[in-house]
Amino acid sequence: MDFDLTDDQRLLTDSVTRLLGNEYGFEQRKALLKTEMGWSEKLWGQYAELGLLGLPIAEDFGGFGGGPVDIMLLMQAFGRHLVLEPYLATVVLGATAIKLAGSAAQQDEILTGIASGEIKLAFAHSERQARYDMTDVLTTAKPNAGGFILEGAKSVVLHGDCADKLVVSARTAGNRDDARGISLFLVDGNASGVARRGYTLRDGTRAAEISLSGVQVGRDALLGEPDQALGTIIRVTEAGIAATGAEVIGAMETMQAMTLDYLKTRQQFGKPIGENQALQHRAAEMLVAMEQGRSMAMLAAMMVDEPDAEERARNIAMAKVGVGQAGRFVSQNAVQLHGGIGMTEEYAVGHFFRRVMVVEHMFGDTAYHLDKLADQVA
Amino acid sequence: MDLRFTPEEVAFREEVRTFIAENLPREIKERMRLGHPPRKQDTIAWQRILNAKGWAAFSWPADWGGPGWTAIQRMIFLEENLSAPAPELLSFNITMLGPVLVQFGTQAQKERFLPRAANLDDWWCQGFSEPGAGSDLASLRTAAKKEDDHYIVNGQKIWTSTAHNADWCFCLVRTNPQASKRQEGISFLLIDMKTPGIEVRPIISIDGSHHLNEVFFTDVKVPVENLVGEENKGWSVAKYLLGNERTGIARLGKSKERVRYAKEVAREVRMGGKPLIEDRAFRTRVAQLEIDMKALEITQLRVISAYVKSGGNKPDPISSVLKIKGTELLQNSSELVMDVGGPQAMPVWQRELAALANEPAIGPDWAPQMAPAYLMLRAASIYGGTNEIQKNILNKAVLGL
Repeated sequence: MDFDLTDDQRLLTDSVTRLLGNEYGFEQRKALLKTEMGWSEKLWGQYAELGLLGLPIAEDFGGFGGGPVDIMLLMQAFGRHLVLEPYLATVVLGATAIKLAGSAAQQDEILTGIASGEIKLAFAHSERQARYDMTDVLTTAKPNAGGFILEGAKSVVLHGDCADKLVVSARTAGNRDDARGISLFLVDGNASGVARRGYTLRDGTRAAEISLSGVQVGRDALLGEPDQALGTIIRVTEAGIAATGAEVIGAMETMQAMTLDYLKTRQQFGKPIGENQALQHRAAEMLVAMEQGRSMAMLAAMMVDEPDAEERARNIAMAKVGVGQAGRFVSQNAVQLHGGIGMTEEYAVGHFFRRVMVVEHMFGDTAYHLDKLADQVA
Repeated sequence: MDLRFTPEEVAFREEVRTFIAENLPREIKERMRLGHPPRKQDTIAWQRILNAKGWAAFSWPADWGGPGWTAIQRMIFLEENLSAPAPELLSFNITMLGPVLVQFGTQAQKERFLPRAANLDDWWCQGFSEPGAGSDLASLRTAAKKEDDHYIVNGQKIWTSTAHNADWCFCLVRTNPQASKRQEGISFLLIDMKTPGIEVRPIISIDGSHHLNEVFFTDVKVPVENLVGEENKGWSVAKYLLGNERTGIARLGKSKERVRYAKEVAREVRMGGKPLIEDRAFRTRVAQLEIDMKALEITQLRVISAYVKSGGNKPDPISSVLKIKGTELLQNSSELVMDVGGPQAMPVWQRELAALANEPAIGPDWAPQMAPAYLMLRAASIYGGTNEIQKNILNKAVLGL
């Protein structure tokens, strides 16, 4: 049992906190949201310089060789500021897929490119009809002389609009819902036949609908063993749950701090509203929920590298539910305690609220994971 | 950062579990498993077994018989004991009086009372609450007037758990009614329950049991050597007692054990033509409880680890989170158990009376204690500072509101 951070981890947190403190004020972020990209290439470059883009990547590929706790700390800091850059898509989801399934050549090319800031990835797995079912893949990859031809469509692909390369799941065998028969491919974002419609999600982050019609890829585009990609997809999803869990903790911290500040300063009936016990108890309940959520985010981070797949899946599902419920409770009450101002677009708390809402609906929502855990009750 | 227990801690858990499995009398265990509260003799028997092993005074310094465990070991021990399920150590003796005497008692008081408290030769009760002083403890009015080498105590205590079993009572009394601050005129006295002038009247609680009492003091003579700490400084003694290590406050082992038990009975009873354990709504409820318990388990480790890091001498107000969540889980798990019983949990099955009358037991074994345990645990969010008081503590001490 050890809740201490290493010196490196403290250093990491300090430098990121300093950077975001300077660059990620609410107004600065609003300005970024108005740009066409919806995030800052300049900052992306600074992340690369600070070594953040190579954080979970091995030193051989120019990375930092960090682990899930480092990602947790970084994502928590990102969550406090609602960072918009495609970090989750590239460094968490994309890099995890490459690390787990990539050949030596693929790892060398892509991981090195990620760490240096030259390659951005997107994880193009979910499809419109699939909701949260990981095996509901209709996109197909048919072998031909040149390699494979991809046909199908991917939905709500995080930062799919700006990715240089897409990690695409497609059926090489079997039918909808079959666990076996799914393969992963590395597809150039601008390949012929790839059409991307970019848009923003409710929290301002970018995503895309991606259609694939007659997309020709070579045999070397295959990522990992054919038909056997489900294991990788699950692990990528688990890494995503852990990373976004930490992000939600950061977002809750900011909402809690804003709410406390508001309770102490906003006057009504001649006194700060925080002197009302009804509101004080809400604030205490938010704290309880946040601490319970924080414990679960830590659990998720600790479990990302757990070798026992069943144990890992069960604990990460528990964490997704715990963080999801805490996030909902804290964000709903943060808006409530702010009153009318909390409802406005120009005030920050609603933006945190929306990030937590969007994250809850990634990688399986609370009900999905609770249902899965209910299946396993023994 | 690492959430795993060390190999030594894992081995320690195994050692505790094995000892309990080998030494907890079968009959006590079976009664506890069926949800019965431990009888007086069960609590005494088990505490003496643990004391002989050197584990009863688990949180006391080694000089006074403590085993010298780390905070994590103490947590593991309490969890295994609850999880067995075994009777809990008498908290009045072990987690309340013991540490207070170690900290504030005279050498004579320590020698006289500590070994007997550890071995449960004396059963202690706590005389804090009064009809006009519940969560607002400082408004207590029971008066102690010094006359020569005695205090003369007059007044009334209420909600005094197990006073009817008790040999001794540690009591907060007002020794200076004129003090400028209410907290400043209070003293901490040890009172022999056999002293003339003490009357204990039962309060029957909604679960039908006699656990609570009113205690009346009429001209009760208490020797001055039974004062703990300085006269009029009892408030700081009480604060120490209430804030003293709150490792076990979440009683997580109990909630875990109850959820396990609910699942066990749910395999026996049916719902919609199949075992209840296969029912979707039931399974979801269990899954939710297991998630909340997991989160609390980690939160508890975080609080303990922060407590150790801070030097372990100041209670961390964040432990109020453990009290709030822990009691909610105790209540939710007892609710789950009762709901598993369903209609069979509703009759007042007087199993023991039936046995005495040589009648066959009525209803299934698991039925009689389901509703009483649920009813009794409604008190969990009231005692030890209501959960609303815990929220006030969080507001004041953590959030700065």
